[in-house]
Amino acid sequence: MSRFQLSNEHFEPASLRDELLRLDAGGFVAFEGWVRNHHLGRDVTSLTYEAYPPLALKEGERILEEAIESWDILDARAIHRVGPLAPGELAVWVGVCAAHRGDAYEASRWLIDAIKARVPIWKHEFYTDGSDEWVDPTACHCAKHPHPHHH
Amino acid sequence: MNITVLYFGSLREQRGLAEERIETRATNVSELFAELSAGHAFSFQLDQLRAAINEDFCEPTAELADNDTLALMPPMAGG
Repeated sequence: MSRFQLSNEHFEPASLRDELLRLDAGGFVAFEGWVRNHHLGRDVTSLTYEAYPPLALKEGERILEEAIESWDILDARAIHRVGPLAPGELAVWVGVCAAHRGDAYEASRWLIDAIKARVPIWKHEFYTDGSDEWVDPTACHCAKHPHPHHH
Repeated sequence: MNITVLYFGSLREQRGLAEERIETRATNVSELFAELSAGHAFSFQLDQLRAAINEDFCEPTAELADNDTLALMPPMAGG
């Protein structure tokens, strides 16, 4: 079965975690990305994720394979929502199991960054004032955020 | 030759449709994007976009063949 999935509806992290249970694993690290009710100072009412499914699945799978080759981990899974979501909902889930925790933490951190940067998925945000915007992580928000930080 | 062009996210909204089939004399991605840009008000230059031919990422210099599907993608924003 494929390690990377897209989902049109809510998914339960518990079942994804169960796929990674194995006796030679000494630890498991999961990251959950949640829909935030604010973005760059604006109040978010909802958002829609759009994907290019065939390429998203292919690239997501490639990223998970790269993580398994690059770190001393046993397995990994990721799933990303598409369609309309409300604040508080689960948008993305990444899980990694390994014999030891160090590589599980590092791989999971790399995975979520790689998924955000490389998988063809786009976020359309809607705000309380009735406006909307396609989020562009490459756009400069320096004026609003003088302190360096990661998105 | 005939090419199917797919647009996503904000680029799809700027184009006003998700998919179109066009007849072109462009031989590669860069030439075709220049042709499309001339007719539409895109806010992106090609170096700000990712392109894929037949569901595989490609460079702007990648050559097009008859009946290829070209996807034009603004910066990814998942997660």
